[in-house]
Amino acid sequence: MGNRVAIVGIGQTFHKSNRKDVTLQEMVGEAVRAALLDAQMKTQDVEAVFTANMETFENIFLPDAMMADETAAFMKPGLKVATGGTAGASVVEEGFHFVASGLFDTALVIGFEKQDCGDTTAAITGAVTPVWGKGVATGAIGEFAKQALTYMQKTGAKEEHAAMVRLKADKGACRNPYAHLRLGLKSIKEVLDSGYLVWPLKFLEFCPQSSGACALIFASEQKARKITRKPVWIADLVTVHQEPFRAGSFGDPTGKEEYSQDIAVDRLYKRNGITNPIRDICMAEIYEPSNWEEMSHYEHYHFCPRNEGWKMVEKGMTEMEGEFPVNPSGGVIATNPIGATPTIRVAEAALQVRGDAGEHQVTRDVHTAMATALGGPNWTVATLLRRSL
Amino acid sequence: MSERVGIVAVAQTKYSADRADVNEGELVYEAVKQVLQETGLKFAKDVTGGDALNFGIDASVTCSQDHWDGRTISNCNVMSYVGGHHSDEDKVAEDSLNAVFTACARIMSGHQDVVLVATHCKESQADKWGIENTALDPVFLRVLGLDFLSGAAMQARRYMYKYGITAEQCARVVVKNRANGLKNPLGQGTPAVTVADVLGSQVLASPIRQLDMKPASDGACAMILATEKKAKKLCARPIWIKGVSNCYETHYLGDRDLAECDALVKAAKKAYSMAGITDPDRQLSLAEISEEYSYQELLWMEGLGLCGRGEAGRLIESGTTQLGGKLPVNPSGGMLAGNPTVVAGMARIAEGVLQLRGEAGERQVRGAKTALAHGFTGVCGALQGVMILGKA
Repeated sequence: MGNRVAIVGIGQTFHKSNRKDVTLQEMVGEAVRAALLDAQMKTQDVEAVFTANMETFENIFLPDAMMADETAAFMKPGLKVATGGTAGASVVEEGFHFVASGLFDTALVIGFEKQDCGDTTAAITGAVTPVWGKGVATGAIGEFAKQALTYMQKTGAKEEHAAMVRLKADKGACRNPYAHLRLGLKSIKEVLDSGYLVWPLKFLEFCPQSSGACALIFASEQKARKITRKPVWIADLVTVHQEPFRAGSFGDPTGKEEYSQDIAVDRLYKRNGITNPIRDICMAEIYEPSNWEEMSHYEHYHFCPRNEGWKMVEKGMTEMEGEFPVNPSGGVIATNPIGATPTIRVAEAALQVRGDAGEHQVTRDVHTAMATALGGPNWTVATLLRRSL
Repeated sequence: MSERVGIVAVAQTKYSADRADVNEGELVYEAVKQVLQETGLKFAKDVTGGDALNFGIDASVTCSQDHWDGRTISNCNVMSYVGGHHSDEDKVAEDSLNAVFTACARIMSGHQDVVLVATHCKESQADKWGIENTALDPVFLRVLGLDFLSGAAMQARRYMYKYGITAEQCARVVVKNRANGLKNPLGQGTPAVTVADVLGSQVLASPIRQLDMKPASDGACAMILATEKKAKKLCARPIWIKGVSNCYETHYLGDRDLAECDALVKAAKKAYSMAGITDPDRQLSLAEISEEYSYQELLWMEGLGLCGRGEAGRLIESGTTQLGGKLPVNPSGGMLAGNPTVVAGMARIAEGVLQLRGEAGERQVRGAKTALAHGFTGVCGALQGVMILGKA
């Protein structure tokens, strides 16, 4: 086997709707500097730079080459990946492989999106097949409304349960200085009364369009021990993609569809000896573009039995102080700079493992954490982090 | 390199000016199907990256560009055709040499044993100038109307001025590569030309003329990489990746001396040191170099250290780089005979593999032992990649 890989530096921008004060390159540079500062490293200490975003969202072709100066990639190796919502985790995967391979001892891994200079929904609509898909393309909101509706009908969850998840997310976001939407919601009534986007999805129940970046520094075991006293090890990572046009990519009414989430965690748990996820893993940062999706993911990740995700919510199990905290950072529903979002999940999970999450540090001691990504036609990347190997 | 990585199968579609008869998935499958048949590998459902299945494919790395495909998440176009369903698939958005680099790292990491790499591009269906303009900084450069052609024109002008390279020497590259291309059954049949034809063709952006630029092309390429152990079982004559690296330039053309290609020099140095190459022009049997414009073959040859600075012009005149010369460059015909952008880097690797296997037919370089493949991305070679392939 190759080298063990650790996260030794973590940095992100303050995420906002508009970052008209900076160019795309400058914004990414903020995250890169923060990660270098966190690792106490200089640009010349980084051997390679890997980036992720979706070109069509900003309409910038080859953005990695455009920002080579600001990402410290000038005169260094690197490349860019683009896989939709999962891009920020696909880049974690490539950084992980490259450092494990021994080709590089250190690597900078960056996810970014500046949605104030593009039209994301138009670009997402452009992800479907031009021949027979365009006529029914709805962007992301329609898909997740379908998911919410299916979830409600299948499990008996009420709109109140989803609102409770939204309230939990906001509580976390308010304690996370980097989060985008920090609303200070007082009750589920505010969520329920926020007006429908597409029934049953309400205005407060769908992620914002954020602009921001997140950078991680990876190091081989030997280097990691010299750089930091608190390395966070990438124990394993599983990517599962699936065919773009299966009937129930999001919210399968037949209940027969195999989900990429199930397959990904089955592989991850099996390879890492995880038999009872909420006991063996201490917390999770998951990719939930909508609070409804979060409840369904509890089930797909086997945090609870099928159709009982909403019961975990009722019991408050996934609160910051709960038995199995999920998304103490506020999650995707509070902050969604798409190319950076999965990188932020890994970053936030790593901060929890380090015990450096500040006000949103969970009560439970976190020695193992999971970060997931969702993107494209329901693709999944699941990453397992550990304090020690 | 510590863990040897072998290329066990390569396939390319026939390159063509217009493949309106197929969509991207169908196009890429023409190549993928061949590498599956050659190795007997199948897309297995339970791909766990270990011994669980008998020589299955652990992952697929695809390479395409959303802008060229006109589709967000362009791997949606092909993922069903590369075994991506319920499997590990990733898309590299660069020149495809970088996708092979990625697959190589996946195998060297010990995480995966067998990786399929596939790339495609249909230049016929997109607006080259419009796409390339969006690669330039929107604040400072895009508004100037720059694209890769105008960037290349500035680079060619500066290179010719600084090192005394002539338009005739550049034209000779076109003559050589188009003649080689006609010997390649996968080439798109770009007709042979003379130096006078090139010098008499329409000026696109001075000093670059119509025939100095590669023709529009559609095509796909696929290959399978494996660990040494599996490579030997999958294939009688695996070709080994001896060295590989890439390197970024700065984006702002005004910050560079365009007659220099520092990133290429650095990438080549790393790849050579991995492969134990100290004297590239003697140790390499051939070089496959990506050249979208004729001057690039000469400039990149210098960056790769195949000759001294400013000497590439004399080298092309001497016939050294011709098929049958001491160091043949682009015996396949290169991009000037017709390869799509994005696909070009992998096409160079595939051609290198065919040469080393002795399967290059009429374009075969005799006794080829070590080959160099080069691929670049972006304006004036923004990201340069180099791979050294060996028979042993």
